[in-house]
Amino acid sequence: MTVSTTTRSAAELTAQARDVLGVSRLTNRALTSWLHGLPGVDQVGCEGRVAGLGTRSIKTTSKAWAIDTAIAMIDLTTLEGSDTPGKVRSLCAKALVPDPLDPTTPRPAAICVYGDMVATAKAALGDSGIHVAAVATAFPSGRASMAVKLADTRDAVKAGADEIDMVIDRGAFLSGDYLTVFNQIAEVKQACGDAHLKVIMETGELVTYDNVRRASYLSMLAGGDFIKTSTGKIQPAATLPVTLIMLEAVRDWRELTGVQVGVKPAGGIRTTKDAIKYLVMVSEIAGEDWLTPEWFRFGASGLLNDLLLQRQKLATGAYSGADYVTID
Amino acid sequence: MSRLDVRKTYKLYIGGKFPRSESGRSYAVQSASGEFLANASMGSRKDVRDAVVAARAAFGGWAAATPYNRGQVLYRVAEVLEGRRAQFIDEVAAGEGLTARAAAGVVDAAVDRVVWYAGWTDKIAQVLGNLNPVAGPYFNVSAPEPTGVVGVLAPQASSLLGLVSVVAPVIASGNTAVVVSSAARPLPAVTLGEVLATSDVPGGVVNIVTAQTAEVATWLAAHRDVNAIDLTGVAGAEGVDWAGLEAEAAGNLKRVLRPQVAGGVPVEPDWTAAPGLERIRAFVETKTVWHPKGL
Repeated sequence: MTVSTTTRSAAELTAQARDVLGVSRLTNRALTSWLHGLPGVDQVGCEGRVAGLGTRSIKTTSKAWAIDTAIAMIDLTTLEGSDTPGKVRSLCAKALVPDPLDPTTPRPAAICVYGDMVATAKAALGDSGIHVAAVATAFPSGRASMAVKLADTRDAVKAGADEIDMVIDRGAFLSGDYLTVFNQIAEVKQACGDAHLKVIMETGELVTYDNVRRASYLSMLAGGDFIKTSTGKIQPAATLPVTLIMLEAVRDWRELTGVQVGVKPAGGIRTTKDAIKYLVMVSEIAGEDWLTPEWFRFGASGLLNDLLLQRQKLATGAYSGADYVTID
Repeated sequence: MSRLDVRKTYKLYIGGKFPRSESGRSYAVQSASGEFLANASMGSRKDVRDAVVAARAAFGGWAAATPYNRGQVLYRVAEVLEGRRAQFIDEVAAGEGLTARAAAGVVDAAVDRVVWYAGWTDKIAQVLGNLNPVAGPYFNVSAPEPTGVVGVLAPQASSLLGLVSVVAPVIASGNTAVVVSSAARPLPAVTLGEVLATSDVPGGVVNIVTAQTAEVATWLAAHRDVNAIDLTGVAGAEGVDWAGLEAEAAGNLKRVLRPQVAGGVPVEPDWTAAPGLERIRAFVETKTVWHPKGL
């Protein structure tokens, strides 16, 4: 998989942000008036649109395509305190051969682990082309000094991470200190070097849809290559309305700046039915350009098994069961 | 002033809840003499799929419950069944074309059948298990364990006594069941669902789908997450291909309990006869363990 990444320094990102905002100096006041000038989200309309899209019926060949596409979009994730090198290796083995019964099964896009497991994952995946994503910046709370967050990021990149999933400082965001959030993202982006940066907004803690829209724009402005809903440690995690707002944001951002940004809902997506609802939304809201693993990902662990069971059902004609997939 | 009729809505019983069929279909149930009795949900393959998911989820807890506890729960089922005696007598009399007196006999036999199996739960291991003699300083113990999720095609003719006679032995040993009720006489099965829901049987242990047997049986037989299937209900079922079901069941090596055969065709057994252990034995797996003897 090719991921177009440009190494950006924090200074370049700040300069570009000044251009987008049309200001001579990037201050918190300038950011605030820009973000609060974004149109508010129509909550009822947004949830109604999601409900409408959720009723689409995807069957037979379309379903087969959707299942394979969804599998290829998964960031297969294990983010537990109890992760061992053995568990990470077995997850990598699963990514390499998702379904031993059917070698035509596509592989997921990436393995997502904590920074200290990157080397283990990298060794297990070899040159298979499956990326290793590492969560960094004091995941999941993000409560640490900037020096620690940057060191966390550099550590993961040095160990060979292809993608970095950072968390924003929700405390700073909610207290209106947007400049701090901007600077942190920009500095982490610089620390990423060639690695792809995903910005986790933890929408479950942002309270309102308006805040989700603002956080999306702020993350894109600060150089995020992907915007991601959640850590998966907070309820609610990814929801369809929140993802719809993010998809609108990346679509409008490309109109505005010409830069395409990816979207990754993570946490709480467990069934094929859910995954297909997301794909329908990607196609309808952002457009087909986003319907590839390069621009849309699912952060999930259990989802892969359900997709495999559905895939087996389509192949054999009989409902499959948990005996035919691995226990993770 | 005359009262409005409160008509009963007949639904499925899946995972401890009473959903309508996802297909939205229903069918008219007629009495033995051809009068309209009620509309029942016509379950689809997706209802069967949902029922299997519920049964699988319930299996761990039910299999791990102590046999003593399972016996208590089954006895409670008998109590609640007895409490609904009048309703069952009406349904059995109408559906099977029996006199009220004969129907009462059937309901009593059904209650007694549940009590009989309730007594068996903590004796299964004693009778089907064994301490095997071996040539070494070991205890060698064989013990029966539940097979897993069992699909049950309930008998077509005997809609209550036959139904409890096939369901009780399945759950007595710790299995969970997905039951396809009699197609023409589903009402006692629907009411049995209500009995189970109010008698401490955990949700999902028994799931009852009222459906056309021929339509859903294939999906149940082919389902890879079902560990065994009881084909009793192929006797007298319209358009059901028994051999085809066995072939589908072989896909994941299900245990198959074949229907009784007389004159080359499947027939319903005499449900009033003493049941014996055959139906319990059909849905257990024997586990044998070696344990060193202390010296």
